[in-house]
Amino acid sequence: MNPQSCVHIHKEWDIVGARQLGREMAKEIGFSTVDQARIATAISELARNIYLYADQGKISYEIIYNNSRTGLCLIAEDEGPGISDISQVMEDGFTTSGGLGAGLPGVKRLMDEFEAYSEIGKGTTIKTVKWLR
Amino acid sequence: MRIPILKLNNYLLISIQTEIDDQTAIQFQEDLLDEIYKTESSGVVIDLTSVDIIDSFIAKVLGDVVTMSDLMGAKVVLTGIQPAVAMTLIDLGINMKNVPTALDLEQGLLKLHKELGV
Ligand SMILES: Nc1ncnc2c1ncn2[C@@H]1O[C@H](COP(=O)(O)OP(=O)(O)OP(=O)(O)O)[C@@H](O)[C@H]1O
Ligand SMILES: [Mg+2]
Repeated sequence: MNPQSCVHIHKEWDIVGARQLGREMAKEIGFSTVDQARIATAISELARNIYLYADQGKISYEIIYNNSRTGLCLIAEDEGPGISDISQVMEDGFTTSGGLGAGLPGVKRLMDEFEAYSEIGKGTTIKTVKWLR
Repeated sequence: MRIPILKLNNYLLISIQTEIDDQTAIQFQEDLLDEIYKTESSGVVIDLTSVDIIDSFIAKVLGDVVTMSDLMGAKVVLTGIQPAVAMTLIDLGINMKNVPTALDLEQGLLKLHKELGV
């Protein structure tokens, strides 16, 4: 297995490809079935947001080590319109597209670490980590 | 890709066996409503035993299917939601409170029988 991978998101089916790769990596690292589902779901949310709001972007996957811990780090990057108020989009139910507004707050709960950076007109980067228990 | 819809007496049965992408989900929503209308079915069981991921989009489509079918007079029961999927739904903040569910297809059919009395 490659410790580092990357999936470009530019068509709808890439959302499926991205979450399938994430699940495979999570499984090989040894994540439980539930955590595999959490990781795949988080990737699905991030990839769909890229596809919906930024048109295209990419998701990178990296196996990381911290002391004796192993984790899977996901970075979702796009050069889309950006997000003006991160704290607003992190609220449950906030959506500009008629969705459930469950995606980003969901990713934060599904994963262990979550950081979002965004600049209007420049794009959005979301970094999130799940640690093996 | 299209999800097959089977007819059994006055029920429709769907067992989702493929990875659901957004387009497939939307197509399924349309197909099911058409089929309910054409067959005048009173109950629908959607079996999710083979579905290993439900994200916010698919959850919304499934929730909408239940509401729309209800408007048309057909009762929908979702069955076989995997434990891991149930847990991720909670993390997403989606409780599916007003969506009828059952453990498996058989229980789902029983539930319909009870509620519809047919
Ligand atoms: N990559 C992005 N670029 C620009 N805006 C974004 C991006 N990701 C999210 N947003 C904005 O943040 C809002 C909230 O996103 P979130 O994923 O939480 O909910 P949603 O996509 O609207 O609905 P759901 O994910 O439940 O289907 C979006 O409606 C959108 O306005
Ligand atoms: Mg979203």
